[in-house]
Amino acid sequence: MKRSAERQFWMASALALLWLMPVYAIAVSALSPEADLLAWPKSWLPAALSWETLRFFVQVAGVWDAVINSAIVAALTMVFSIALGAPAGYSLARFHFKGQNLFRMLIVMTRAFPLAILSLPLVTRFISVGLYDTHLGVALVHTALALPFSILVSSSLFMGIPRELEEASWTLGCGKIRSFARIVLPLALPGLAATMIFAFVVSWNEVFAASVLTLNQRTLTAFLFASLEESPLHFRLAGGFFLTVPSLVFIFAVRKYLFSMWGISDK
Amino acid sequence: MRAFIFGAAFLFLLTAGAAAQTTVVSTQLRPIEEAQKMRTVLLKGAADPVRFIPEDPNTYQTRMQAELAAAKGEVHATIALEGELEPLDAIGGLSDVDDVIAQLSTSREFSAGSLALAKMGGRAFRFVPFLTNTYIMVANKKALPYLPKGADIDRLTWVQLIEWSKNLRQATGSAKFGLPAGPKGLLHRFFQGYLYPDYTGGLVRTFRTPDAERLWTDLKELWRYTNSRSTAYSFMEEPLRTGDVWIAFDHTARLLPALRERPGEFVAFPVPAGPKGRYYMPILAGLAIPKNTPDRGAAVRLIDHLTRPDIQALALREVGFFPAVRADVGRLSPGIRVAADAVSKTFGAGDGRAAKIPVGLGARNGEFNKVFIDTFQRIIVRNEPIPAVLNRQADALREVMREAGAPCWAPDESSGGRPCPVE
Amino acid sequence: MKVGRSPEWVAYGLIAPSVVFLALLFLWPLTETALMAFREPGRGWTAVHLRKMIGDLNFTVSLKNTLLLVAAVVPVQLALALGMASLLDRIPRGRSVFLYIWTVSLGISDLAAGLAWLSILGDRGYFNTILHMAGIVDQPVNWLSYRHPLALFLCIFIAEVWRATAIVLVIVVAGWQLIPREYGEAAEVLGASPWQKFRRVTLPLLKPTVQSALILRTVLAFEVFAVVYALAGRDFPVLVGEAYNWQGAYQNTHVASAYALFILTISIAATFVYLKALRVRRETLS
Repeated sequence: MKRSAERQFWMASALALLWLMPVYAIAVSALSPEADLLAWPKSWLPAALSWETLRFFVQVAGVWDAVINSAIVAALTMVFSIALGAPAGYSLARFHFKGQNLFRMLIVMTRAFPLAILSLPLVTRFISVGLYDTHLGVALVHTALALPFSILVSSSLFMGIPRELEEASWTLGCGKIRSFARIVLPLALPGLAATMIFAFVVSWNEVFAASVLTLNQRTLTAFLFASLEESPLHFRLAGGFFLTVPSLVFIFAVRKYLFSMWGISDK
Repeated sequence: MRAFIFGAAFLFLLTAGAAAQTTVVSTQLRPIEEAQKMRTVLLKGAADPVRFIPEDPNTYQTRMQAELAAAKGEVHATIALEGELEPLDAIGGLSDVDDVIAQLSTSREFSAGSLALAKMGGRAFRFVPFLTNTYIMVANKKALPYLPKGADIDRLTWVQLIEWSKNLRQATGSAKFGLPAGPKGLLHRFFQGYLYPDYTGGLVRTFRTPDAERLWTDLKELWRYTNSRSTAYSFMEEPLRTGDVWIAFDHTARLLPALRERPGEFVAFPVPAGPKGRYYMPILAGLAIPKNTPDRGAAVRLIDHLTRPDIQALALREVGFFPAVRADVGRLSPGIRVAADAVSKTFGAGDGRAAKIPVGLGARNGEFNKVFIDTFQRIIVRNEPIPAVLNRQADALREVMREAGAPCWAPDESSGGRPCPVE
Repeated sequence: MKVGRSPEWVAYGLIAPSVVFLALLFLWPLTETALMAFREPGRGWTAVHLRKMIGDLNFTVSLKNTLLLVAAVVPVQLALALGMASLLDRIPRGRSVFLYIWTVSLGISDLAAGLAWLSILGDRGYFNTILHMAGIVDQPVNWLSYRHPLALFLCIFIAEVWRATAIVLVIVVAGWQLIPREYGEAAEVLGASPWQKFRRVTLPLLKPTVQSALILRTVLAFEVFAVVYALAGRDFPVLVGEAYNWQGAYQNTHVASAYALFILTISIAATFVYLKALRVRRETLS
C-alpha cells in the first residue's frame, strides 16, 4: 500500500514536470536576450537573464490604467457570475421542473456561438443604453462567458451534496435559508471558488469583447493585444508572459480555497 | 452587497469619458514599439492631450461601424489605409475635409499623388494624407554570393529571383525564400500589386489569361524553393531574423524590425519585375474625421500637428513611414536608411509603374482579397490544375466585382462606370 | 417534491435572473445575427449566404478538421483529468502543488499558449533540439506544415490537450471532493481492486460532474482556433477560424453568421447527446 502511494507520487511528479514544460518555455523565452531566442540548437538554460523587454511593458504609457480597468472588470465578473450562477445551479440540482434541459441548452449556447460575430449588434445596443466604454458593460459580456461554467459546476456540486444532510438540518429546527448557509454552502465552497477563479481568468484573458466595447477604458489584454500581435517576437513573448503572470498569481493566491476542503467527509 | 456593487458600477459610468482628450483610433503604427513612439514622440507636442488607440483592422471595422451609427461618437479622428477607410466612406461615415486641406496647404505641401488618392474617386477630399509606404524585398547578406550571374539586385526579374532561390536551395539544402502567406500576412498584395501586373499587365481583366497561367507556373517553381512554413508567416522580419528565410517579400513596416536590429546583416531592394513591367503598390495612410466626431476642432488641430513637416520627418526617423508632405528628413539611423533606400529606388525606378491598391470595392474588399488567397491555396498548396482553378476562381472574382460594382483601376484598362470585367 | 410548498415556483425564481440576463445579453443579439445569415438588405430572405458557406474552399476541410480534433482531444482530456484526479486522491503529500501545476494552463492566455508551443514545436524549438541531440536530425525539421499532415495534427493535438485539460480537471476535482470517503473504504474492505473501486464506486458517483465537464469541454473544443492558428497558420483551417475570417478579413457578416449558426447547431447536437447518453438522476446520491 505504502509503496504504491510512493509510485503514485512519482507518477504525479513526472506528469507535473511535463505539464510545466510550456510554462518554462515561455518564461525562459520572455527572460532571454533576443539572440538566445533565435539560436539553434536551443540551450536548456538561459545564458543570461534579461529583464529589458519585460521592463519595457511596465513603462508603456497607459499600462497601469489598463491594469486597474482589468482588475475592476474581473472583480465585477466574478461577483456577477456567482450571484447569477449559484442560484441557477442550485435550482438545476434540487428541483425537477419543466424546461430544465432547455435551460441547460440556453446556457451552453452562450459558449457555442463565437462572440466576435455578436459584437456588432452588441456594440450598437451598448452605445444606445450608455454601457459602451464602461467597466460594467465589459463585465456583463464577460459574465455571459463565465456563466455556463458557474451554473454547470455549481449544479453538479449541489447534486453531490446529499439531500439528507439538508433535510436533516430542517428537522433539527434550522430554517431553510439557515440550513443552506450552514450546511450546503460550506460544502460547496471549494467548487464555488473554482467558478470564481474561472470567471476571473475568463475576464482577464478575454480580448475581443473588451476591444470592441471599450475605447478609453481598455482592459490590459485589449490594451496590449492589438499592439502585441504585430510586434517582433521578443515583445510578443515578453508581452504574453506579462499578461499571463497576474492570472497565475491570482490562481496561486486562491488555490487554498479551491483545494483545502479535500476529503471533507473524513471529518 | 449587490446594492454596493451596482452603486460602484454606476460611479464608473459617471467617471467614464470625463477627461477632455482627443481620441484617435488607428490601424497603423500598431506594433508595441511604434505605438509607444507615437504616444511619446510624435504626439508629444500636440495641442491637446491625445489618446492613441491602435486597433486590429478587423476589429476596427466593427467598432467604427457601430460608432458611426451612434448620434454622437467618441472618436475624434482616425488613421487608416485608403482601403480601410473606404467601407466607412461607403456608409457615409467620413466628413469632408476640403476645408482642412485648403487650410493646411498654406503652410505645407502635400505630394500631388497622395492628394489625388485622398478623394477616393469622388469630388471632395475624404481624408488628409498622413504617411506613405510600399512593399520591398529584404535579403540576408549571406545570400548575396548566390545571386545569378549578371543579375543586378536593384533590377531583378522574377526569373532571376527563382534562379537565386534555387541556387540557395542547392547550396544550403533548405528552402530560403519566404512569403507572408500566414493568416495575418499580406500575401494578397503580392498578387495584386506585383505578380499579376508584372506578368499580365492587369489584375481583374487578365485574371485567367495565358499570361496568368505562366505566372502560376513560375510561382509553382518558386514555391519549390520557398520555406513551407510560409503559410504560417505573417511578418517576414521574424523568419529573416531567425535565419529560416534568407530572401523575403513584405510591407516595409513588417520588415523594418529586422533591419533596425541588425542593419549590417541585411540588404533591402525593390521587388523584381516581370514580362509586362516593373510595378509597385504605393500605400497611403490617411487621417479622417468621422461624421459624428465629438469635437471637429480638436480633430483638425491633431491633423495639423501630425502633418507638420518636422513631425513627418520624425515619423520616418522613428517609425519608418514616409512623409506625405515635403519635408527635410535629416539623418536616418542605419536600419531605416537601408529600408528608405530600397523604397526610394522603388518610387524612383525609371520604368516603375504604380499598381493602385484596389479601390471602389467597399465592403467587398475582403472577399476580393480572398479570391487571390484561395487561388493560391488551390494551385500552390493543394496542387490543383492551374486552368481549372483559374476558371473557377474567375467566376468568384466576377461575382465580387458585380456585387461591388467597382470599375477597373490601374493597371487594368478603364471600364468606364461599369464593373471591371474578367476576360 | 419535498422542498417547499411550491417547488416549481422556487426553481423558476432561482433561474429567472440568469434567464433574463442571457435573454438580454445573448438571445437578443443572437437573433439579430441569426437573421443575417438568411437575409440581405433589399433582397429579403435568401439562401445565398448558406450556399456561399457550403461552397467555400475551406468549409469541408475545416469541418473535418474540427470534428477530428474534437473527437481526438475531448476523450483524452477526460481520461487524463480522471487519472489526475485519482492520483490526487491517493498521493500522500503535495496535493495543492500538483493541482496548481496541472491547472496552470487555465490562466495562460491564448497568445502566450500559442507562443509557448511554437517555441517547443517550431523549427528552432526544443523538440527539434532533442531530436538533434539524439542524433535523429541535423537540420531543424519543419513539423508544422501541410507537408507533414500527421505531425501537424499531433502537434495541435498535444497543444490543445495541454491548454484545455485544466478546465475538465477543475470540474472533476470539485465533484470528486464531495464523494464520501466511506464509499471507497467500504469497497476496499470488500476487497475491490483500485480499478474496480474507481469503475464501480467513483465513476457512477461522478456522473453529473462528468456530464457537465463533457458538455462544457466539447462546446469549448468546437470554439478552438487561436492556438491552432498560431501553430498551423493557414494549414489547418477550423470552423471558428473560418467564421472569424469571414467576419474580419472578408467582411461578410452574413456568411460569418451562417458559420456561427452552423457551429451552434453542432454544439447543441453534441450537448443533446451528452444529456441523453449520460442521463443523470437528481437522486443519485440519496
